[in-house]
Amino acid sequence: MSARVLRATTWIEAKLFLREPMTVAFTLALPLIFLFVLGGVFGNTPNPKVYGGHGPLDFYVPAYLGLVWAAIGLLALPVHLARYREDGVLRRLRASAAPAWTVFGSQALVAAAIALAGAVFVVAGAALAYGIHQPRSPVGVAGAWLVAGIVFTAIGVLLACVPTSRGALGAGLGLFFVMMMLSGSGPPFEVMTQVMRDISNVLPLTYVTRILQAPWLGNPLHWSDVAVALGMALAAAIAARSAFRWE
Amino acid sequence: MEVVIAVDGLTKRYGGTTVVDGISFEIGRGEIFGIIGRNGAGKTTTVECLQGLRRADGGRVRVLGLDPMTEAAELRRHIGSQLQESSLPQRIKVWEALRWFASFAPNARDPQQLIRQWGLEEKRNAHFSDLSGGQRQRLFIALALVNDPELVFLDEMTAGLDPAARRTAWDLVREVREAGTSVVLVTQYMEEAERLCDRVAVFERGKIVALDTPGALIARHAQKITVRFSAAEHGLDWLAGIAGVSDVSRRNSAVEVRGSGPLLAEVGAALVQHGIRPPDLRADMPDLEDVFLTITGKRSDE
Repeated sequence: MSARVLRATTWIEAKLFLREPMTVAFTLALPLIFLFVLGGVFGNTPNPKVYGGHGPLDFYVPAYLGLVWAAIGLLALPVHLARYREDGVLRRLRASAAPAWTVFGSQALVAAAIALAGAVFVVAGAALAYGIHQPRSPVGVAGAWLVAGIVFTAIGVLLACVPTSRGALGAGLGLFFVMMMLSGSGPPFEVMTQVMRDISNVLPLTYVTRILQAPWLGNPLHWSDVAVALGMALAAAIAARSAFRWE
Repeated sequence: MEVVIAVDGLTKRYGGTTVVDGISFEIGRGEIFGIIGRNGAGKTTTVECLQGLRRADGGRVRVLGLDPMTEAAELRRHIGSQLQESSLPQRIKVWEALRWFASFAPNARDPQQLIRQWGLEEKRNAHFSDLSGGQRQRLFIALALVNDPELVFLDEMTAGLDPAARRTAWDLVREVREAGTSVVLVTQYMEEAERLCDRVAVFERGKIVALDTPGALIARHAQKITVRFSAAEHGLDWLAGIAGVSDVSRRNSAVEVRGSGPLLAEVGAALVQHGIRPPDLRADMPDLEDVFLTITGKRSDE
């Protein structure tokens, strides 16, 4: 019964997403633009001083997989849900027989589909244009990608607790740009100032990026990074549980 | 009478204001129960408490034998809701919305049939954002019925509908009831309550100030009948002497006789006796609006 509701709601939400060209463009095109700008500047020739001796794009592509998730979790998902609250869609859904969890579950599934599409575009673009290396551990990358999804879905629902869509968009944009610059999609950690590193160390995307880079580049995975990321997800979920309002 | 809703001492406060003040009533299966009152009288808050959308501050509520707060999930499978101030995703299509909501219920009604019944066939592929106010309203009513509920709440269902669509909606609600569904109808339209409801509760400042069938309410609270006709003759002072007449007035040839009892027959007989046969003799019977005016001291749309 609930599975049927989840399936129907996810299908509707997927269609609705595709009918919002701005959101589609932002979440899917942005990482590609990043890829081609940075790829154009740096190429994929390894530099022993930065990127741990890896090619710049080998370093950045796994980070972009995290960046796609961040764009969804910090912008698309919270603005969508806050808009639902503002318009009265959540009110209508709450009065229906649809279990509350299916509302969030469908958002998570659609988010995963978008993130997957974004990942495919970025990886395909980087492979075709710059000949990046294959991930050392595809299974590890897949696992890391799932952790990224859990982290940013939880944060997305927490941000959706901001009462208005304007407020959610403002908060989301602020967080997104900070994380985009300081979590590994921008300048590498090695060249950051101490202040930048301090900020970087409290950002969830920093941990998500490291978790994604480790299996891709063949670096050792620090389980403490996984623990911090999932801890942040748990904290966000708990906070969202008490803060979320249906109207 | 099998009771589908039992309310005992329901109270709801917002901040320091008591918006629903210890009301009690029961609704029987198959009944169309009307809730009338002005804005802010506590109508919507009451039905929101009954649907488990608001937590009551006091009193006991049972809907289909369930507690709307603690057993909301189970309750919502058996009720239909048409709410004020609710919406759908802007770009969802009419048929998608009905199919979607149908997926929430095991024994859902055929969305296609509802689209036809509620006159949405031309708009079945239109986005929600492209619908007119009346079309949205009809879609919301259809959504409230798509799970084939035992009990349906309709909050201002005909707001935004034109008169023809309103009459169609009344007929369809009667059909819904004939099929066995109980209906709670919140409305500001006195005519709607009078024509549709088996019983009506008049809400005023969070309390129920009257509750009965429309006929009984009218008989008790609004006996005043107005008989009107045109007469060129002068010297109609004898009209005031007819049994039950309380007031006679005329402007040029238009005469108004107010009073109670079988007034039209009495006045008609007296007129014929005096050799006057006005072709436009007619009576305005009291209606629910008069009841509302008598009970609350104000018109329903004030």
